[in-house]
Amino acid sequence: MIIKTINKSSNKENEVTPEHIYHQRRKFMKSTAAGLAATTAASSVLLAGCGDANSNNSPGSDKVYPDASTKPQETLTPFEDITQYNNFYEFGLDKADPAKYASNFPSKPWSVAIEGEVDNPGVFTLEDILRPHSSEERIYRLRCVEAWSMVIPWNGFPLSDLIKRASPNSKARYVEFLTLYDTEQMPGQRRPHLDWPYREALTIEEAMNPLSFIATGLYGKNLLGQNGAPLRLVVPWKYGFKSIKSIVKIRFTRKQPRTSWSDQAPAEYGFYANVNPKVNHPRWSQRKERRLGEFRKRNTLMFNGYAEEVSYLYTNLDLTKFF
Amino acid sequence: MHLNKLIDNNNYFLKPTVFILSCLPIFYLVCLFYFDQLGSNPIEKIIRYNGLWTYRFLILTLSISVLKEQFNLFHLFYLRRMFGLFTFFYSFLHFLSYIVLDQYFDWQEIWLDIKDHPFITSGFLAFLLLIPLALTSNTKAIHLLGALTWSRLHKLIYFISLCAILHYFWMAKLLDSPTFIYLLILSCLLLYRIPLIRKLRWLRTSPNA
Repeated sequence: MIIKTINKSSNKENEVTPEHIYHQRRKFMKSTAAGLAATTAASSVLLAGCGDANSNNSPGSDKVYPDASTKPQETLTPFEDITQYNNFYEFGLDKADPAKYASNFPSKPWSVAIEGEVDNPGVFTLEDILRPHSSEERIYRLRCVEAWSMVIPWNGFPLSDLIKRASPNSKARYVEFLTLYDTEQMPGQRRPHLDWPYREALTIEEAMNPLSFIATGLYGKNLLGQNGAPLRLVVPWKYGFKSIKSIVKIRFTRKQPRTSWSDQAPAEYGFYANVNPKVNHPRWSQRKERRLGEFRKRNTLMFNGYAEEVSYLYTNLDLTKFF
Repeated sequence: MHLNKLIDNNNYFLKPTVFILSCLPIFYLVCLFYFDQLGSNPIEKIIRYNGLWTYRFLILTLSISVLKEQFNLFHLFYLRRMFGLFTFFYSFLHFLSYIVLDQYFDWQEIWLDIKDHPFITSGFLAFLLLIPLALTSNTKAIHLLGALTWSRLHKLIYFISLCAILHYFWMAKLLDSPTFIYLLILSCLLLYRIPLIRKLRWLRTSPNA
């Protein structure tokens, strides 16, 4: 018997606007905007109108959207936006670069090494990694540290299932992930923008949280190169850069691993990188975010709206210090 | 060099041509908007686009004196005011798109943004200081202020450029090559203003050429 447990803050299918209706609305907004733009005088009115047209789906003010426990109505971000607006510096720094340069990625067979403090280490082919898991769908908000966000219907399996199979021993306190290093397939790695390969990590408790997810697809299709094919991490309560793409190594460690962005700019990016509207970033205000496709900004929610599922992980942690 | 003569002889055409060319970027942006080619994050695209053209016109404006001195192209001075005003024009669009499109008149957020984020602080300051320069760009203002006061006031452009450099530098997540190139060009143009460096007229053509 399959028992499906649903988290309060996760989105159910019926709360999500289907993609084709979303497109119609977007088209409507665009035509309204274009029409009004002709009459230049009313520019501020036109923008207000844009926001209103979408307002039942974009509650931006505190009145409509009081806290994380009140579920927001979510609209799925269109497939084109999810696959054409990406931060994946292995393929270039521009948001459009990954879609341009990752179209054939990966062009070589894939394997994942599992090592460190585990009973079942080894190098596994992609098929070996995926076979034991049945695919499920998760609709998650993705909040980038650059203050934009998306809603993505992922396909994949819980990270905890994979960890259980690897069977970590009692010394394992952290799980480290590494992206592929291959300058041939990933031209962005020819430039020393980051200390390649990209590295990310979670505490073992975070990794075992039911929200932590290994995605192998989105919108029911296999992951494209620009989204981290063939398999990637998704930790929706953390800033997007924690959700490492195109994983080739999973290592269980005793000590807290170094992570790429934290190495690059320790004052800006911490190990935890939990979405937190109260912790300022030197460049972007984290109080608000722009959902792609929307005009008005929304308030950013603590732990990206997943406080109920994850706040227990941080009860004894000063989140302003361990950001 | 007959370039000066060329500029002189074509003066009637030169200014309107440069004016129209300088308007092309905004025309192109309107086309992108109209044909829905602004991508997944149109607001970010519009803001960055106008910011980038502000830098380009700032570079053009600052280059005029260098070209004049190094190549004796003093007739290019006809264009300096126009380039300066286009710098202001694109910075105004940049600022306006931030206030209206990005923040939608959320004055509290805007204030906190200026206060808490160094790259916004420097950008805002640069824009603010461009306003008096734009307002006193006409010949009447030169007479009204007196040439000396006017010229002192317009030296502000060097401080503005410094703010602009910091704005770009602090905005960039990583120092990628386009950012680096813009910052390098602007820095060179500023360094050129230091008298000692300025004396190195290494490229200067002879005056009677």
